[in-house]
Amino acid sequence: MKIKYDRDACQGHNRCYMLAPELFDTDDEGYAILLVDGDVPAELEEKAQLAADNCPEFAIEIIES
Amino acid sequence: MPDVPRPPVEDWATDFDHTHPDYAASAPEIWDDLRERCPVAHTERFGGAWLPTRHEDVARIAKDTEHFTSQGIIVTDWRPEAPRPVGYAPPITSDPPFHAIARKFLLEFFSPKAIDGWEKTARETCRELIAEIRAKGLDEFDAATEYAQHIPVRVIADMLGLPREDGDKFRVFIHRIIEEPGQNAVESWEDTLDYYLDTKVKERRENLGDDLISYLCTADIDGIALQDEHVRGTIALLIIAGIDTTWSGIGSSIWHMAQHPVDRKRWITDPEVRPFALEEFLRFYAPVTMARLVAEDVEIGGCPMKEGDWTLLPFPSANRDPEAFDHADEFIIDRQRNRHTAFGLGIHRCVGSNLARMEMRVALEEWMDAFPDFELVEPEAVTWSTGQVRGPRRMPVRING
Ligand code: HEM
Ligand code: SF4
Repeated sequence: MKIKYDRDACQGHNRCYMLAPELFDTDDEGYAILLVDGDVPAELEEKAQLAADNCPEFAIEIIES
Repeated sequence: MPDVPRPPVEDWATDFDHTHPDYAASAPEIWDDLRERCPVAHTERFGGAWLPTRHEDVARIAKDTEHFTSQGIIVTDWRPEAPRPVGYAPPITSDPPFHAIARKFLLEFFSPKAIDGWEKTARETCRELIAEIRAKGLDEFDAATEYAQHIPVRVIADMLGLPREDGDKFRVFIHRIIEEPGQNAVESWEDTLDYYLDTKVKERRENLGDDLISYLCTADIDGIALQDEHVRGTIALLIIAGIDTTWSGIGSSIWHMAQHPVDRKRWITDPEVRPFALEEFLRFYAPVTMARLVAEDVEIGGCPMKEGDWTLLPFPSANRDPEAFDHADEFIIDRQRNRHTAFGLGIHRCVGSNLARMEMRVALEEWMDAFPDFELVEPEAVTWSTGQVRGPRRMPVRING
């Protein structure tokens, strides 16, 4: 599983950071920073899905390999 | 309640009035009805206004800054004068490209990590209020006016470096501006929010501290200090946008809990459900409806919107659209998929969302800790605000045990 994060669509709702802090940090202005590069560790797949499912701006996409 | 009684509404699809007491009392039912039979309602009131009710249409308008302008965000009988793209209260009344500049000043102060630093203030405030309530020794009191209302006022006063005692003044200003826009032409200049803030900004320019007003006083755009009107407009915005909204969010959550013992029990026994519960409160009882002015003719949901028309952006209605949410009309305390729009969509996403969430969470934690078992004294005695911010304004509760 991979995460595709669209910085242009992100408006800093911070839902991803609250639900999956292992996968998303926030910058000084509150926009998301994707912390994983490449495959999501298996134990975090559920959280990745949760972050994607709760982003109001549809800025996070899950790509199943 | 407005000073002048509003004429009755015959049909919400063709003559809606979101400032009418009937709307305050039953907005969710009105949205559900419209969504099914006429998803974009219209009214000749306010010089012509639209009310889209589907998530799809609300999202489209919120993201379209070309056909819609934020120059006006509260529907009134007249059209605002402050010119685009700045508007009278940047950034909420600003359009691109100025909007991003005005917004940037605020983002760092309101980022999740910056807001963590204010949690202690919020928690102490809640505990003080509960202690005051307990000191009165009554088992019945008003949770809206004795608890929920004070929390955002005290926190924002501290952030801005203004005296907490001025909180009552803020509430009078806000009430005039968002609940009764345009209905109080009689006030004197000394009695306005602008005058109050002018005085405070002048004082602060001579005596800078580390609060948000001082920060705005020293901020600049390309080396040019912000104009007084900009500083004043932004501070006015923080006071207006942050208080009734969060009061409503806390109040609605308590209103829900008062009537749902099963949800209360779940909250108390299962701390892991709390973050999901909080987002579900925000979805189901979203307090804020915004507005836009149509800048260029455009068709939304088959309806011809004309330049100069208002359109409301009822985020709470979008949140109850069955096309966007499973079992949209049910409150599901552990809802896992919840892309709610309570804080808006697109470039104007609520700058205060992290603060508002923190205050709602802390207010509920402290309340449920102090009063795990409570109920409404009389459900019919609860009154809801009219206009674009929706929440309980009178809410007598009884504490059991
Ligand atoms: C539960 C409480 C709150 C709700 C539901 C809420 C909701 C909203 C919404 C829907 C918008 C979007 C406006 C638009 O699209 O035109 C907004 C904007 C804004 N809110 Fe909030 N708000 C809340 C609390 C706060 C607080 C506590 C503050 C700050 C003290 C705040 C400050 C702002 C500001 C500055 C904007 C303008 C952002 C911009 O235009 O870029 N809000 N809010
Ligand atoms: S939830 Fe979406 S909009 Fe919000 S910070 Fe994360 S990616 Fe950005």
